[in-house]
Amino acid sequence: MISLPALPILIPFGTASLCLISLKRPRLQRLAAVLGAVAHLICALALLTATCRQGYLVLQAGDWPAPFGISLVADLFSSLMITLAAITGTAITFYALAGIDSGRESFGFYPFLHLLLMGVCGCFLAGDLFNLYVWFEVMLMASFILLALGGERGQLEGGVKYVILNLVASAFFLTALGILYGLVGTLNMADIARHLQTAEQSGLVSALAMLFLVAFGIKAALFPLFSWLPASYHTPPVAVSAVFAGLLTKVGVYALVRAFTLLFIRDISFTHELILVLAAMTMLTGVLGAVCQDGFRRILSFHIISQVGYMIMGLGIFTPLALAGTVFYIVHHIIVKTNLFLVSGVAHKLRSTEDLNRLGGFLSTAPFLSILFLIPALSLAGLPPLSGFWAKFFLIWASFEEKRYLIGALGLLVGALTLISMTKIWLKAFWGTVPAAHPERHAHQKKLPPGKTALFYLPMISLALLTLTIGLWPGLLFELAQQAASQLLDPNRYIQAVLGVTL
Amino acid sequence: MEILMALVVGGLYGTGVYLLLRPTPVKVIIGLAILTNAVNLLIFTAARLTRGHPPIVEETLGRPSYPIADPVPQALVLTAIVIAFGVLAFTLVLFRRAAETTEADNLDEMRTTDT
Amino acid sequence: MGPFETVAKGKKKAMRSIILSTAARFLMPMILLFSAFLLLRGHNLPGGGFVGGLIAAAAFGLYLLAFDVQETRRLLRIDPRTLVGLGLLVVLGSGLTGWFKGKPFLTALWGRYRLTGFLHIEIGTPLIFDAGIYLVVLGSAMTMLLALAEED
Repeated sequence: MISLPALPILIPFGTASLCLISLKRPRLQRLAAVLGAVAHLICALALLTATCRQGYLVLQAGDWPAPFGISLVADLFSSLMITLAAITGTAITFYALAGIDSGRESFGFYPFLHLLLMGVCGCFLAGDLFNLYVWFEVMLMASFILLALGGERGQLEGGVKYVILNLVASAFFLTALGILYGLVGTLNMADIARHLQTAEQSGLVSALAMLFLVAFGIKAALFPLFSWLPASYHTPPVAVSAVFAGLLTKVGVYALVRAFTLLFIRDISFTHELILVLAAMTMLTGVLGAVCQDGFRRILSFHIISQVGYMIMGLGIFTPLALAGTVFYIVHHIIVKTNLFLVSGVAHKLRSTEDLNRLGGFLSTAPFLSILFLIPALSLAGLPPLSGFWAKFFLIWASFEEKRYLIGALGLLVGALTLISMTKIWLKAFWGTVPAAHPERHAHQKKLPPGKTALFYLPMISLALLTLTIGLWPGLLFELAQQAASQLLDPNRYIQAVLGVTL
Repeated sequence: MEILMALVVGGLYGTGVYLLLRPTPVKVIIGLAILTNAVNLLIFTAARLTRGHPPIVEETLGRPSYPIADPVPQALVLTAIVIAFGVLAFTLVLFRRAAETTEADNLDEMRTTDT
Repeated sequence: MGPFETVAKGKKKAMRSIILSTAARFLMPMILLFSAFLLLRGHNLPGGGFVGGLIAAAAFGLYLLAFDVQETRRLLRIDPRTLVGLGLLVVLGSGLTGWFKGKPFLTALWGRYRLTGFLHIEIGTPLIFDAGIYLVVLGSAMTMLLALAEED
């Protein structure tokens, strides 16, 4: 299978085009979307097993040799990310069958969802920075449309901020790209890494590193650059904001990890220290921002920011254990966060509100939903034996090992604060009684659309089971994460795999 | 030539950022357009300004016998222009819809989703 | 919005001129032919699917100006969004042909075919790729144009 690395891009691409053709036949469109998502998942798993066996899979598109053509590179980290993207994509596709109204369906929800997945997978596979830029834009364009689809007031207002800040990020990215090309004369990441290891102008290289940090930092919602996220993520339908919450910021994190393990590794005492400071600020502001919120999804959105801080913290510490912790954390986070958003969607469907002050009593009216909330919520806060516990454990262990007690203690503190937020949602929405002001106080609540309950619950149950599995048997995933980290920390193997030469 | 280009690029960046910070949607869009153009010009300048032939080499020669222009920044700029065009068109429609829905010609008034 | 609307309405009436609609009828086939010409010469000379598609969209845009949305939709026969989907599939197919021959994805394949006597034609997957791009560009440009025209 010489072209296996291209499949995670091609399958959503084909699915999106089939969905576009069958835009006026809703049943056919849904069938294509579901089959495409499942096929995507299968081929992502195939790619993951292949990279486990061979380490690196490289595809030179069009048979052009490495620094000149388009290279698609799959190492363990990227294929793990692709698998997660496929899991999220499949879960969302099933959820959307029940959760997306027919208006949005006929305006192209499924094609753009799959184009988004294509862009995300393209980012994970891109072997040169120029392609990374193009895939970023594919992803952004699809996300713009998904965000604005339906055209409600909140969506448009949130969309304005989201669009402007992401365009500024793209401008930063392109600026850095242009200067970098002027410096090293190549855009292939392996080739750039090779040149940067011997380049002399370390001042310019550090400036470039900062430009990339800002560009990717906006996409990853790092500390002073995150304001677009809480302003927009709670506005679109839940199927859309769940896929955003699961995947989009993580693409930024992926790009940061790639750039700061492969390209900018000569001035660690400056760049990675700065990343560590940003990580601390991101964790703290995110979790504190959540405290004063009252909307279900608004709280969850702020927690995305604090979680991104954890991921970046592993990158800042920059030891094999810390990076393994980062990889583990990303895996855990994508599954859990998507799941929490889906739960908030069902809560919204049942009571038509997201305001925690007007929710309440789900424990008596929808006990199963409460359990489905509790699993990812406690996992997010890092309680054993769930996946979040291990993710935080590895990161904090790594920080103590490096005698960075401050950031480790901060990680513990933020975990505790996360628990407070989750408890707040639990107390206000699930415990207690149905608020008196609510019209359906005695009729319990609205019913989910008939025949679609299974479609709502199936993705949530699968994701919750995945969280539990990782929590109870973390060994396998940790093993994978460690291998991915050792690959990340050895750029020469990457260069060797892509270019076929050693330094 | 490089110095002139550097000054132009700097001026464009400054204008773009200034306009981006205005509250009027139209000015913000113009700012975005200027910013993307500034970036394209920067890529062009940073990748060396060379006068050369197009990089098309006769099959019999094997390698060019004259100075050729670097095609990579051109491809980069071309792609960036096309992408920026598409995105700006979308932004324009989005801003118009937002202004119609909120009945405000001022970004500072679009705050209901803020936190 | 009141005054704008009346101006737009008055304008639309005025636009329906016989000169324009007659000219559009004559010009359209020629512009479309030119777009096909650009598409075919595209690989080694200036031209290609993108420009060709834009020019084809310009032809339909002219028709849209001369007549109205329904007429243009009828002339297109296919929903422009379907065109985009079809084009994407064609692009995908052209990339996959290289794969079926055991080469990496997107590898270009060329074939030389004899037409009659000493006339040869060289056709490769890049042409199919360009044709796909042509459809995508035509489809997306028409989607935007029709959406804008319908909004007024």
